[in-house]
Amino acid sequence: MSELFIVFLVTGVLGFFLVIVNKIIGPKRTNPIKQTPFECGSPYLQDRIYPVPIKFYLVAFLFLLFDVEVVFFFPWALIFKEIGSLALISMSVYILILIAGFIYAWKKGAFVWEK
Amino acid sequence: MIEALIKFLCAIVWFLLLSLYLTWAERKESAVMQDRVGANRANFFGFRILGLFQPLADAIKMMTKEDFTPAFSKRFLHNLAPFLSFFFVAVTISTIPFGSHLMIGGKEFRLQVIDLNVGILFVLALLALSIYGVILSGWVSNNRWTLLGGLRGSAQLISYEVALGLSLIGIIMVFPSLKFSEIVGFQSELLFGWLPKWGVFLQPLGLIIFLMAAMAESERVPFDLPEGESEIVGFFTEYGGLKYGLYMFTDFMKVLIIACLLTTLFFGGYHVPWLYADGFHFPWGGDWLLPHGIVVLFQVIMFNLKVFFFCWLQILIRWTYPRFRYDQLMDFGWKFLIPLSLFNIAATAVLMSL
Repeated sequence: MSELFIVFLVTGVLGFFLVIVNKIIGPKRTNPIKQTPFECGSPYLQDRIYPVPIKFYLVAFLFLLFDVEVVFFFPWALIFKEIGSLALISMSVYILILIAGFIYAWKKGAFVWEK
Repeated sequence: MIEALIKFLCAIVWFLLLSLYLTWAERKESAVMQDRVGANRANFFGFRILGLFQPLADAIKMMTKEDFTPAFSKRFLHNLAPFLSFFFVAVTISTIPFGSHLMIGGKEFRLQVIDLNVGILFVLALLALSIYGVILSGWVSNNRWTLLGGLRGSAQLISYEVALGLSLIGIIMVFPSLKFSEIVGFQSELLFGWLPKWGVFLQPLGLIIFLMAAMAESERVPFDLPEGESEIVGFFTEYGGLKYGLYMFTDFMKVLIIACLLTTLFFGGYHVPWLYADGFHFPWGGDWLLPHGIVVLFQVIMFNLKVFFFCWLQILIRWTYPRFRYDQLMDFGWKFLIPLSLFNIAATAVLMSL
């Protein structure tokens, strides 16, 4: 475990140095125009977060559902050779339930990005 | 403690140096493909050597730029985002085995920084955590194009995360372990007495799914929607200097770590075909016995050669294909890769229990 701590510490120190190196050796010449957000040369219009499509939220929700299901596969795959046909039967029931949910989401149009 | 520190310093120097020179390799390979010369001007006292000093010159240029934070953003979070992106990818190199064991003076050194018993899950988790760098940089820059880039990036990365995890289930079923060293150890056996038992021969479909999902994770051209150089400039538009450089660096580090994972999981890791601890034993008869040091050297060179090959392959794909449209990208992830990887798991399970 202490080895993992060393790895995190070394990478953290290196990353910290790489982030602040510009602050140490870079020039400091700033003005208000330079600090405005990048807008291809036109004047900056609004200083608040723009509304974003709800589809991104739906994708995140589907990810939560499916990734939790993926996690259940890992212990099953590890001991698959030992328990043989019982593993096959129980997991096929699980995969069928997963596929039923997948088909439901598909039919509901959750994967259609644009209508 | 000291041993782990020295091994990790070697691994991270290897990792960072190679990802630095991948920028050079990418520029040269794209130049060859487009019938150009490529970067060749950077020199050191007039010595150009194919422009090999170009990455160093780029690094020095990036270091001497101004540290810049846009007016509306939070300074701490603006600095944190590139750090997270870099940190989580750089840590993953510690689990990759570069070779088996090196004996120095009766003491045994494993050529791997940490042999975690949850190695695969650790790497998958850290690669997933590097999404935070993308979404945080998009949100904190307070610019609607970076916000769109960050959201696109996070939606793309989490979509392909599912297929990436599912494609590795087949490999774990065939080689039942989560330790990288044990998975590589299983691949030293032979199939039919002559074919190396590499993952690619047991899981060809899994390899294809893993390659496609992993390339989507690295956000390079067929899947570069978060950057989209020609439309929205990307989630790192408001970054300059080395903070931008860290994002570019993370891209190449991801290419390298994907090449390492492909090598370790599907192409036998550091194994040279028919090379055992005491030398070559060819299946057609005949032995070529070698001392211990030479065997380890062969293993490390073989690992590096495989990694270079997969880096080359990814750069080739990057310069060959045009960018997806966003709905095509989502369709490809959800409607094609996930059903295909579920089919792969089912087929593997049925074939193994026959």
